[in-house]
Amino acid sequence: MDKARGSKLKRRGSYMFEQEKLRKVEKAKKVWEEGQVVPTLKKYQERKENFSTVSGIPVERLYTPLEIEKLDYEKEVGLPGQYPFTRGVQPTMYRGRLWTMRQYAGFATAEESNQRYRYLLEQGQTGLSVAFDLPTQIGYDSDEPIAQGEIGKVGVAIDSLADMEVLFREIPLDKVSTSMTINAPAAILLAMYLVVGEKQGIRMDKLRGTIQNDILKEYAARGTYIFPPVPSMRLITNIFAFCSQNVPQWNTISISGYHIREAGATAVQEVAFTLADGIAYVEAALQAGMDIDSFAGRLSFFFNAHNDLLEEVAKFRAARKIWARLMKERFGAKDSRSLMLRFHTQTGGSTLTAQQPDNNIVRVAIQTLAAVLGGTQSLHTNSRDEALALPSEDSVRIALRTQQIVAYESGVCETIDPLAGSYYVESLTQEIEERVWDYIEKIDALGGAVKAIEHGYIQKEIADSAYTYQKEIEAGQRIVVGLNKFEIKERRMGGLLRVNPVVGETQVKRLRELKRTRDNIAVQNQLERFRKAACSDETNLMPYLLDAVRVYATEGEICNVLREIFGEYRPVEIL
Amino acid sequence: MVEKRIRVLVAKPGLDGHDRGAKVIARALRDAGMEVIYTGLRQTPEQIVATAIQEDVDIVGLSLLSGAHNHLFPKVVELLKEKGVEDILILGGGVIPEEDIPFLKENGVAEIFTAGTPTGKVIEYIKSKL
Repeated sequence: MDKARGSKLKRRGSYMFEQEKLRKVEKAKKVWEEGQVVPTLKKYQERKENFSTVSGIPVERLYTPLEIEKLDYEKEVGLPGQYPFTRGVQPTMYRGRLWTMRQYAGFATAEESNQRYRYLLEQGQTGLSVAFDLPTQIGYDSDEPIAQGEIGKVGVAIDSLADMEVLFREIPLDKVSTSMTINAPAAILLAMYLVVGEKQGIRMDKLRGTIQNDILKEYAARGTYIFPPVPSMRLITNIFAFCSQNVPQWNTISISGYHIREAGATAVQEVAFTLADGIAYVEAALQAGMDIDSFAGRLSFFFNAHNDLLEEVAKFRAARKIWARLMKERFGAKDSRSLMLRFHTQTGGSTLTAQQPDNNIVRVAIQTLAAVLGGTQSLHTNSRDEALALPSEDSVRIALRTQQIVAYESGVCETIDPLAGSYYVESLTQEIEERVWDYIEKIDALGGAVKAIEHGYIQKEIADSAYTYQKEIEAGQRIVVGLNKFEIKERRMGGLLRVNPVVGETQVKRLRELKRTRDNIAVQNQLERFRKAACSDETNLMPYLLDAVRVYATEGEICNVLREIFGEYRPVEIL
Repeated sequence: MVEKRIRVLVAKPGLDGHDRGAKVIARALRDAGMEVIYTGLRQTPEQIVATAIQEDVDIVGLSLLSGAHNHLFPKVVELLKEKGVEDILILGGGVIPEEDIPFLKENGVAEIFTAGTPTGKVIEYIKSKL
């Protein structure tokens, strides 16, 4: 297969600037450097010897047309809604419709989370985003010993369809789009959602939403894996195939750089490792016999937005461009939707400080701008108190208001990709692109993302960056306001959200009651059918999962069947 | 005379997958001359205690960001006591609300280091205690 690498080689042809004028700029710049910069530097040194982005890309004193001399506008920047989509995936972007404001939420029981969702929808949020608790994410029922202490803590506890019905009570699923952060057991939770829709009288082809379903980054950075890579990839491609036929408006995966960045990666690594994962999913689906254009249009992405505003904008633009080129040149996709990198963004949790938490509101505002100027399709803004606890309702409201202020007051949504043409942003976009291609080549050489993860390469790269960053902070080379400079003696922040410790018991009681009252013969029959289907690699498991969840087989019961057949993933620990 | 090197077990109890902090602190302690063992994710209190005893460590550092600390940290302390081990210093770190700290200390966790703590401070603390 042609491992297309479009960047370094193809910078020729029609440039944006006339050579004659560029040479004049070059001369003028030289005069400026010698006549003004050098004497100034003699009197006043600059603040630092070396300037760089937060990811370590060197930053020049000044950017002029000279730095983007070889940029071919038509080929590399282009127009919104057109290949290579550097300027955005929609022809009118936010002039047509703003991004979806989607706050990741969920805690305690389905009952309480349902109330929070309805509150958020009343406050003007336009999509739902479900956070599940860790036992749900790792496929354990709430009555398992290992689940104790974790039930309802980082998200809502869902054991069966019964919980899912409560979670979406009085929320019409044909009116909202729902994103679910679920990976290893994504197929099960998707099946539950589809059945809730069925019970509300809504056909599958009317349901809109996303499941994260991105197992590779779980191995590399997030940790909620269950099964080994091969059967996990099967579950994922089963979902691709089922949804392309039955749930055409569903985003079947959200290939995520967010957690890779949170774990310590740089902006370049975030994009590179995410797109390398994307390549692996595409290859798995092709290997399963699917046609590229039958599924590629429903692949979606998820990135982080950190504080280095312009680097982040450049990152998003570069990511779109590289993905489009990969899909077109490497995989031969034809449908324009297959080439588009559509993405959700979350502001950077790891940039928030526990110190002077109100300062986090400002950080989130900058990160919101980065996401919007980078052309995101949806956005979650973090709350100021998230370095301390799950966000309180007040903090969530401020976070949502931050998006609304950027949307309605800042003016940045009135024109498309407003930072295009900035000498710095275009130059940085190119620089990030080149560095990402370097990584993609390296990962290709290792045999692709799955192999790179199995060897611990990606984990090691991330851990190295995290440690470097920490050392820079402790050496005072990087300033984090309130953390290593401008510290104050402060009072403890009040009004933090606490998950009621009774939640665990309530959920266990509910589950036991369900197991007592459901038709247990039907459950056993469906689990047995499912087991047989899982044993044959050729069978798509989705129809069997739908039947199993309909009779209230629990998530843990279904995962246990798969654990027996697939085994469990054992990580390599890289320090 | 060669001083005995301090041995530390950095552990991730429970189901939490956030290991950035655990890995950073593990490296920082190693760079400070200590011998560090990292358990990896998803360790039960029983597994952590067994490793701590087997590796004959001086310190167990528990890292948790999922909110299950009040359940899991005291369990590790309790199990160590059951095994008759009283001389291992237990430290905790992660996203831990300040109001939980007194409870954890009453239950045998010697110190809690919350988000933003410089690694140097942890090293200093350990050296002052051993």
